[in-house]
Amino acid sequence: MAKKMTGAQIIVEALKREGVDIIFGYPGGAVIDIYDELYRTEGLKHVLVRHEQGAAHAADGLARSTGKVGVCLVTSGPGATNTVTGIATAYMDSIPMVVLTGQVPTKLIGNDAFQEVDITGITRPCTKHNFLVKRVEDLAWTLKAAFHIARTGRPGPVLVDLPKDVQQAKTEFHWPEEIRLRSYNPTYEPNKRQVEKAYRLLEASTRPVILVGGGVIASGAHEEVRELAELLHIPVTMTLMGLGGFPGTHEYSLGMLGMHGTYYANMAVANSDLIIAVGARFDDRVTGKVDAFAPMAKIVHIDIDPTSIQKNVRVDIPIVGDCKRSLAKLLEVVKSVARPSKLWKEQFKEWWEQIDIWRRRYPLSYKQEGEYIKPQFVIEKMYELTKGDAIVSTEVGQNQMWTAQFWKFDKPRTLLSSGGLGTMGYGFPAAIGAQMANPDKLVIDFAGDGSIQMNIQEMATAIDQRLPIKVIILNNGYLGMVRQWQELFYDRRYSAVEFATIPDFVKLAEAYGAVGLRATKPEEVEPVLKKALETKNLVLVDIHIAPEEGVFPMVPAGRATTEMILV
Amino acid sequence: MERKHTLSVLVENTPGALARIVGLFTGRGFNIDSLCVAETLDPTLSHLTLVTHGDEMIIEQIIKQLRRLIDVYKVVDVTEESEFVEREMALIKVKAEKDTRAEVLRMCDIFRCKVVDVSPRTYTIEVTGPESKLKAVIELLKPLGIKEIVRTGLIAMKREKKTV
Repeated sequence: MAKKMTGAQIIVEALKREGVDIIFGYPGGAVIDIYDELYRTEGLKHVLVRHEQGAAHAADGLARSTGKVGVCLVTSGPGATNTVTGIATAYMDSIPMVVLTGQVPTKLIGNDAFQEVDITGITRPCTKHNFLVKRVEDLAWTLKAAFHIARTGRPGPVLVDLPKDVQQAKTEFHWPEEIRLRSYNPTYEPNKRQVEKAYRLLEASTRPVILVGGGVIASGAHEEVRELAELLHIPVTMTLMGLGGFPGTHEYSLGMLGMHGTYYANMAVANSDLIIAVGARFDDRVTGKVDAFAPMAKIVHIDIDPTSIQKNVRVDIPIVGDCKRSLAKLLEVVKSVARPSKLWKEQFKEWWEQIDIWRRRYPLSYKQEGEYIKPQFVIEKMYELTKGDAIVSTEVGQNQMWTAQFWKFDKPRTLLSSGGLGTMGYGFPAAIGAQMANPDKLVIDFAGDGSIQMNIQEMATAIDQRLPIKVIILNNGYLGMVRQWQELFYDRRYSAVEFATIPDFVKLAEAYGAVGLRATKPEEVEPVLKKALETKNLVLVDIHIAPEEGVFPMVPAGRATTEMILV
Repeated sequence: MERKHTLSVLVENTPGALARIVGLFTGRGFNIDSLCVAETLDPTLSHLTLVTHGDEMIIEQIIKQLRRLIDVYKVVDVTEESEFVEREMALIKVKAEKDTRAEVLRMCDIFRCKVVDVSPRTYTIEVTGPESKLKAVIELLKPLGIKEIVRTGLIAMKREKKTV
């Protein structure tokens, strides 16, 4: 007979069996039994955050930087609702996460009990799936299913709601080693005929582009993307989520496309005759005005999630499957035909000439003028000092776009950024999650003075754990991206974008036991960044940047991607 | 082109499954024209018939989004099948006073409806058939004075192949 265990014991045991070694959480009445169990457990590190949103983002940051399932544990009611932004963030970017929430005892569910909230109801539209466990006998299976669902197919967050009496009840522990869900069978293997059709389009094309999305990172298809691009001499552009899926320093990289993409990436896509989209979902920030998107291009769309295909743009060759396996299959076809690489090069020679003209015409640039520090310069300097060897998180807004433009991401899982939901306050807790999981790596958070204040309480968590994260605040005294829109499209009516009070970030850092540094002139940037890199502690670097610097190029919302505002 | 589609959906008989499906429609701005849910021979599965409308791309999205739900076992677009049977039932409470009592019964007879409740001033009629038949009955009874209608929503089934 199997050993009898309490629900709380089963939960902790399940986490261990799923290979979880770090969880982020915040205790409360409805999870006190699990915390009691954690107290006695070795080999499972619990990181106490300062706000549950921080726990969710930290779990997300751990997941993005490692590819593992991130886990957070919070109490019922407000503990659970505080994670919702973090869950929605992970859902939009397809990040595997398991969120464990406490719940009032089953008998009280529906009674408006103290700290009761219908969290499975609330999170239904922003989780891949969720469960309310009503019997302790179902617990082990449910947790196994939660991890299975979170990490397979198109990954995503799964929430498991755990009533207090279920945590306390006892049952025999049976761990299912394998799990099969009859209604959930993601397609990994691509249809061979579809792949062959895609190859024929490649052969017939003269102006192809590979479009890399977050799916390349999720499935680990970066090597295959590179092989395909190099073998056939095809330019590669990336979505924000795809950055790192192909080396940013590669001569075939066109950088990011879309609203703040490079001129040459947008021009290449707009003039292409074939787009091979891999794990991208044609978000409105990428397509601009859909009717005007790549009007001459045939589209091959590889994605594990059929709903992503044919959702926003019309697709000629849909390929449902894992990005890595689908590209491997395509490479197989390429190699079996064994068309000499020279011929491919010849075929796309004119295309490359055109692309090089675009590249020369409008490279990414900024003007260093006057006494102001330019944010792009800060990012370039940090890139230079670190040789790009870092995990970089961003907040949301201008800081995010400047980072995406000026940091050259060469490896997957080195950019942590809220792409789909655009969550301000994401970057810092995500950096905490990444640094916990990658203790030997350099972790940098590029932030704005607005978004850093959204989860600034997590400084205490970083100090608790002695995490030497470098937070670079690009401080322009504005909610810069909104200000930029108001400048360009609302006749400079700066409504509610200027904070009357901004804390002294240096003193604030010191108050938490971190190191605060500041730069207000261009010549101070390098020494301050160097000092930050030498410091073995959490550092907040307050850099006063040109207050009205904008992010360019910019495609106004709803316009064609060729209608870029360039500076 | 906008068209009406009848979807046949097999879904795990678990709490929340129906909420997920309905939530999907509201969340993504799809329409539900009618919805009918009941257990199947296998008590762990529920059968759901859903009538919706939209152009090709929307219907494709609806079907794919339904299939993406972890609890959804199978989705068939019955409208795409070459032949299928569809039925709906309605209970109609219609005024039946002295001068119209006979007329109501005559209608029932023509459309093969059943009278399931009788009161001094009303008949309650049960009518079953494809949507077009229900529509016709309702239109014809309207001038006589319909007091109340309850409809089940459509159910549908693919016809078995006929071999000679």
